[in-house]
Amino acid sequence: MADTTTTKTVEQPEKSNEELKEIATQVRRDIVRMVHAVNSGHPGGSLGCTDLFVALFFKVMKHHPEPFDMDGKDQDIFFLSNGHISATWYSVLARSGYFPISELSTFRKLNSRLQGHPTTHEGLPGIRVASGSLGQGLSVACGAAQAKKMNGDKQRVFVLMGDGELEEGQNWEAALYASHHKIDNLVAIVDRNGQQIDGSTDEIGGLGDVAEKFKAFGWHVIEGDGNHFEALIPLLENCVAATGKAKPVMFVMDTKMGFGVDFMMDGHKWHGVAPNDAQLATALDELKVGTEGDY
Amino acid sequence: MKDFPYTESKDTRSGFGAGLAELGASNPNVVALCADLTGSLKMDAFKKAFPERFFQVGIAEANMMGVAAGMTIGGKIPFTGTFANFSTGRVYDQIRQSIAYSGKNVKICASHAGLTLGEDGATHQILEDLGMMKMLPGMTVINPCDYNQTKAATIAIADHEGPVYLRFGRPVVPNFTPADQKFEIGKAWTLNEGTDVSIFATGHLVWKAVLAGKLLAEKGINAEIINIHTIKPLDAEAILASARKTGCVVTAEEHQMNGGLGDSIAQLLAREEPLPLEMVAVHDSFGESGTPDQLMEKYHLNEAAIVEAVEAVMKRRK
Repeated sequence: MADTTTTKTVEQPEKSNEELKEIATQVRRDIVRMVHAVNSGHPGGSLGCTDLFVALFFKVMKHHPEPFDMDGKDQDIFFLSNGHISATWYSVLARSGYFPISELSTFRKLNSRLQGHPTTHEGLPGIRVASGSLGQGLSVACGAAQAKKMNGDKQRVFVLMGDGELEEGQNWEAALYASHHKIDNLVAIVDRNGQQIDGSTDEIGGLGDVAEKFKAFGWHVIEGDGNHFEALIPLLENCVAATGKAKPVMFVMDTKMGFGVDFMMDGHKWHGVAPNDAQLATALDELKVGTEGDY
Repeated sequence: MKDFPYTESKDTRSGFGAGLAELGASNPNVVALCADLTGSLKMDAFKKAFPERFFQVGIAEANMMGVAAGMTIGGKIPFTGTFANFSTGRVYDQIRQSIAYSGKNVKICASHAGLTLGEDGATHQILEDLGMMKMLPGMTVINPCDYNQTKAATIAIADHEGPVYLRFGRPVVPNFTPADQKFEIGKAWTLNEGTDVSIFATGHLVWKAVLAGKLLAEKGINAEIINIHTIKPLDAEAILASARKTGCVVTAEEHQMNGGLGDSIAQLLAREEPLPLEMVAVHDSFGESGTPDQLMEKYHLNEAAIVEAVEAVMKRRK
């Protein structure tokens, strides 16, 4: 099992799955409200990956929100390659203490640090590289992981990618590189929701068996459920436990696009479309937590 | 016209290799990445002395740029090495997003730039790289002229915080600048003071400008010759002072006219001091196979072309 002594959040007391679910529901409320407020953004993938973000930032990763350290010395660090699901990351960063929760109201607006896609350019704590143009995050994560090794830093690097973005060739350059250089302090996660803008990943890109592909590239591959903490937490602990064994680790994570909001689930329709007023009300009705937590 | 004696000719890429090896010894944060061109980039000495800080990336330049960006997170100063074509055109979006927009301290070191790559031909002879790189906000763009200057520039950019594009080349050229020079980013270097025309040259064209200066002196023309090793930030003060003194300008570079040094100086003059300008550069064309000297002659990037441009621009001088 995982060496959890080095992977627990230091700022947060141990959280139960029930507590994580409450946080995830709050994050989902943030996402639909943020996207609705500017009538733009990507709710589908954001909702589908909410449980992963909450699990990482509130349970699995060791990290220090304040003061933010770009180098992430002696911390687990996280990269988001599919930057379009920024709403989730912003909500989780704010709610884990990187910046004021009230700042979520500036999402995608002029002069905001919360750009449409994440960037270091406006100085938002928690972001270590810009992403949005797809396929670049895995390479950056490889470099950061190698820098950790050179520095004798025992913590790990996590990177989330969309499954559609695996159609970008750079990912496969990085997949070869990580395996060849035995970058074993790296946990990559693919959001295998099977959807991309123009349709399903099988219909558009013929993505096939992602797990087998990464195995063939020399990775240690773990597969499983990314939307239920009962399954997700042990899977992530298995990923962490698999680090340090001369292979990069890949978690092929099954999620549903739009998870948590019934009418946004399944299919690719809600990849990049914001809900209208009535749809927002329906979504918030479904996402029941103490509404006093809203930004 | 001043004399520029030199005892040997060397390739600028070897200056890079020597500078990188020195940096390896003096700065433990310097790391090097190469995309299967270690010998061509003269990175062997660094690789041999510091194997734990040398990363063979293979023929995967996009990944190399991303890995380099990632290594800065943790305080490393990555120097990437491949041909100029694969350092820029092939990986423009990786540089744009993961390095430039992200403000990462990566040094993009690019050999075999321009026509003087020679026989491999136009697929490898990039002539647009300065333009692409100078358009990126925050990118510093440097094109030194000989071995000594390339070595000094390589060492200097390690102390500059932020992304840098360092361009050098394959052929052996006169090594005429001092070995002990201090390289100042963004500081134009006046090689010869003159009164009749200002010649602003960069990279391999600096020596050609020196040769042109001698030919011009024989014709009674006293040319001011200035080495613009830094395309961005441009030393506007030095350029304007010289242009105002001489009243006409020639630029010279191994690059497309669009987007190169001449383009930057034309913009500056148009805004601040409209004066006659001629550009020695490639005119909207790809290169081809040939020896470096043959190509520089065919594409009018030699001392004869500079002399011709000087005579043309002086006729236009008010």
